[in-house]
Amino acid sequence: MPETYDVTVIGAGVTGAAIARKLSSYKLKTVVVEKECDVSFGVSKANSGIIHGGFHHDFSALKSRLEIRGNILFDQLKEELHFPFKRCGIVVAAFSSDEMRTVEKLYENGIQNGAVGIELCNHDRMLYLEPKLNKDVVGGLFAPGGGIVEPYRLVFSLMESAKKNGVELLTKFKVKSGTLKNDLYTIEAEDGRNIQSRWVINAAGLYCDEISCIFGAEEYTINVRKGEEFLLDKNATAYTSRVVFPVPSKDSKGMLVIPTVEGTTMVGPTATIIDNKEDYSTTKENFKKIFSSARRLVPVVSERDITTSFTGMRPTLEGDDFYIEMSKKKDRFIQVAGIQSPGLTASPAIAEYVKDIMKRNGLELIEKPDYDPNIDKVPRFRNSSKEEIDKLIEENPAYGEIICRCENITEAEIIASIREGHDSLDGIKFYTRARMGRCQGGFCTYKIMKIVCRETGCSMNDITKRGGESWIVNKKIGDFTTGSKS
Amino acid sequence: MKKIEREVLIIGGGSAGMAAAAEIAEKGHSVVIVERESTMGGILNQCIHNGFGLHRFKEELTGPEYAERYVNIINELPIDQYTGMTVTEIDDQKDFKLVYAFSSHEGMVEFKVKAVVLAMGCRERNRGNIGTPGSRPSGVFTAGLAQRLVNIDGLIPGKKCVIVGSGDIGLIMARRLSWVGADVQAVVEIQPYPAGLTRNIVQCLNDFNIPLHLSHIVSKIYGKDRVEGVDITPLIDGIEAPVQTFHIDCDTLLLSVGLVPDNEVSKKAGVIISNQTSGPAVDGNLMTNVEGIFACGNVLHVHDLVDFVTEESIRCGSYVNSYLEGKTKGSQYSVMAGANVRYITPNKFTSDSDNKFYLRSMIVKNQAELVVSLDGREIIRKKQKHVQPSEMISCEIKADLLKSTGLNEKSRLEIGLKS
Amino acid sequence: MTREIICISCPIGCHLSVSYRDNGNVQEKDIQIENNKCSRGLIYGKEEILSPKRVVTATCAIDSIHMARIPVKTTGALLKNSIYPLLEDLYKIKLMPPVSAGDIVLENFMNSGINVIATRSLSR
Repeated sequence: MPETYDVTVIGAGVTGAAIARKLSSYKLKTVVVEKECDVSFGVSKANSGIIHGGFHHDFSALKSRLEIRGNILFDQLKEELHFPFKRCGIVVAAFSSDEMRTVEKLYENGIQNGAVGIELCNHDRMLYLEPKLNKDVVGGLFAPGGGIVEPYRLVFSLMESAKKNGVELLTKFKVKSGTLKNDLYTIEAEDGRNIQSRWVINAAGLYCDEISCIFGAEEYTINVRKGEEFLLDKNATAYTSRVVFPVPSKDSKGMLVIPTVEGTTMVGPTATIIDNKEDYSTTKENFKKIFSSARRLVPVVSERDITTSFTGMRPTLEGDDFYIEMSKKKDRFIQVAGIQSPGLTASPAIAEYVKDIMKRNGLELIEKPDYDPNIDKVPRFRNSSKEEIDKLIEENPAYGEIICRCENITEAEIIASIREGHDSLDGIKFYTRARMGRCQGGFCTYKIMKIVCRETGCSMNDITKRGGESWIVNKKIGDFTTGSKS
Repeated sequence: MKKIEREVLIIGGGSAGMAAAAEIAEKGHSVVIVERESTMGGILNQCIHNGFGLHRFKEELTGPEYAERYVNIINELPIDQYTGMTVTEIDDQKDFKLVYAFSSHEGMVEFKVKAVVLAMGCRERNRGNIGTPGSRPSGVFTAGLAQRLVNIDGLIPGKKCVIVGSGDIGLIMARRLSWVGADVQAVVEIQPYPAGLTRNIVQCLNDFNIPLHLSHIVSKIYGKDRVEGVDITPLIDGIEAPVQTFHIDCDTLLLSVGLVPDNEVSKKAGVIISNQTSGPAVDGNLMTNVEGIFACGNVLHVHDLVDFVTEESIRCGSYVNSYLEGKTKGSQYSVMAGANVRYITPNKFTSDSDNKFYLRSMIVKNQAELVVSLDGREIIRKKQKHVQPSEMISCEIKADLLKSTGLNEKSRLEIGLKS
Repeated sequence: MTREIICISCPIGCHLSVSYRDNGNVQEKDIQIENNKCSRGLIYGKEEILSPKRVVTATCAIDSIHMARIPVKTTGALLKNSIYPLLEDLYKIKLMPPVSAGDIVLENFMNSGINVIATRSLSR
């Protein structure tokens, strides 16, 4: 007999994780199913990590209202979940009087939306707020409520909190079919696993259209807008004190300079509509585009500081708004689609919004008396003083073993990651930052692999970068016949 | 927090750190080596091929043998060795330095020392540094990581490999992979000449009929989960010629695209880094701009042979001894790279003692000439049978050549290569 | 026939042009060498035709928690066509610590007079 749940959330990105955590405060049996081997491995892992300031869209859009509400919720969320988050503020830099007029429109949006503290700035004030800006700046806008977050860490924390409060997580669960019979959905995975559920929430990101189709709900198309970004070294002089936006164009917020919470600088993203949802490749043309655009904002941005580049995908719908509604074709099936920017910002508000839809449609919500919104804080070596480190090592000697020397990640943090279920190399990277620094794993990859083997009992051959066929090594000396070639 | 007082602390127990430590301990000074790995020897331990030690020991050794010779030397001397210990910070208090380091056994330790020797070595450049476009699958390794996996852990990174860069580690790995039964499809080098030593081209590529594509780049990486292939594009007069692009199927890509001195701890201590070498700018005593902090080995500049690392580090040790004894050689004057020289180190010289410089050529040439001039006046001209960027050139200038030359604070020594 | 061989006797790396009659039994006197800048090129070129040899470095398995493989090398240059048979043999060996650098791992391989020795010590 398959396991039966009250609610199934499809997709463990920031939307799915936020919804699951929200539902975990009620007496419900909830499961999250995810096709990848870990959470946050889709849209949520590769984006700019901006907590938006509430001025890019006007109040008529659903996403605009959820962005403002979501932004406000972040302070409490950080208190409870300890993910890296900083309200560093956002500036939008204008370089002509034409651009200034667009900025004034953004300001109007912000005022109408209720963005706190938003202001128009002249040349001097812009340079005061961000001294690294191009001196040609004419003026611009400042949104002090905007900020930055480590997106995958947010998702990991949301999911950890949800699991702590009883939510189950099934990874590598790629939905093959979903059929409704006697008020129960039967959901089958490609590998043959089955579950049953009264409610289904479609938070499948890029694949919401396919999931909707599988369940026989609405037909629509997710258009994928691809974005390439570059990450610069921690020592890069380009590190600004605020997020720097250009004046947006019709289809995109433009390419920005982002000072990440962990001290690296990110530049990008591009915005290209593509057909293939799995085309994560980077190109030389976009590399040039990004750097010339970033240098227009912040002239000290240098290609010499690149540590890596990556590609992210944004799931968009016609009309460009979020689509969060009860299905009109299938009972108790909720569409949460088109969650592109500002989806990260809006995610806690989306969770509330979805919960309210469910309540309005007959789901009985009884608060759990033992719900605990807090998760344990894993001490981070890099954020600790010498005295704290001394104490940490005394309590747990694994804090004395540096594994990733670029980011100062200790064995204790790697072990915590593995025990929390993040045991692929990318999962460990996103949880701890190991392999994310300037050597990109040149020194520590084999050390991490050994710890994974020891902690999980797997063999080296079982370790992957991010699941599937992304194996690292699969042969040892003696497995091949030598000398067959020359 | 544990507190330990010594005269000298050496960061790094590889070939540089061990040689400097031995020199210092032999003169009776108290010295401690802090090494982050569990054994001394550094990267030599994974360089199991031979070719080390011809200068230093007058015989051909493998990396582990070379390391072990030095481990035996330092074990015979009163040198404190801390392994598994990482230095986090050097706090310069002028008369002394406080060095903070930690390990799982000792917790955080505060070392109070008079001098610090930076000997942390270098790290490999990676895909981000060369900006190779394409997808981001598993199976892209730096050559050094692959070397570690094969030689110490016995693991083979893949069956069909392409190697980017003809640096020595890349060439050595081409032979190693062939010898463990993997297929090396090609080595791709962006420059029109090989980046590694000639003997490695012969013994690691030609012996195995591995094609070396000079003036070519890997222009795209394919593969969703694991590498599935690469596009290779020739450069014609330095510009990509996309029409001549060809494809190779492979499951592994090794990168041997250069080494960079690893100076994060140095930078935090206020040490100025040279743009040319990516290592500290040092004077003729191998001392950085921070008094009492010295540097030697690959953290200073990337060497081609370990023998030269040892030579430089022994000298560094002797300069530290002079410093501790208050006999540091006096006035320091500027040194500049001249024509066709990519970098020269050290960046200062003194007229009180002999000077030794290491430099790298920007050109490939037989019968070149090394020209040393002081304030525009030629003082040495020396034939060089053959110069190429991959082979370091050494140059010694005796003190008496410099003594009676009326040096002033604007004096400048220039070393160049005449083509 | 004529082969191009790069001389590795010094860093110049002369591209030697080596001509000989390939009758299955090449004699030293039949080998003509051109483009060598010094006499070492003559010796190197002839040796590469008559009996090319290489020092082999490799690893053997070892029963230890510290490392899976222990490095080894041949005590002299081995004929090129014996290298792969040697490697196949070495890859079947598993050593037990303690091992000292210099310990013989394989003696007089195929009567070549060449031994294989460990190049790293491991006490436990």
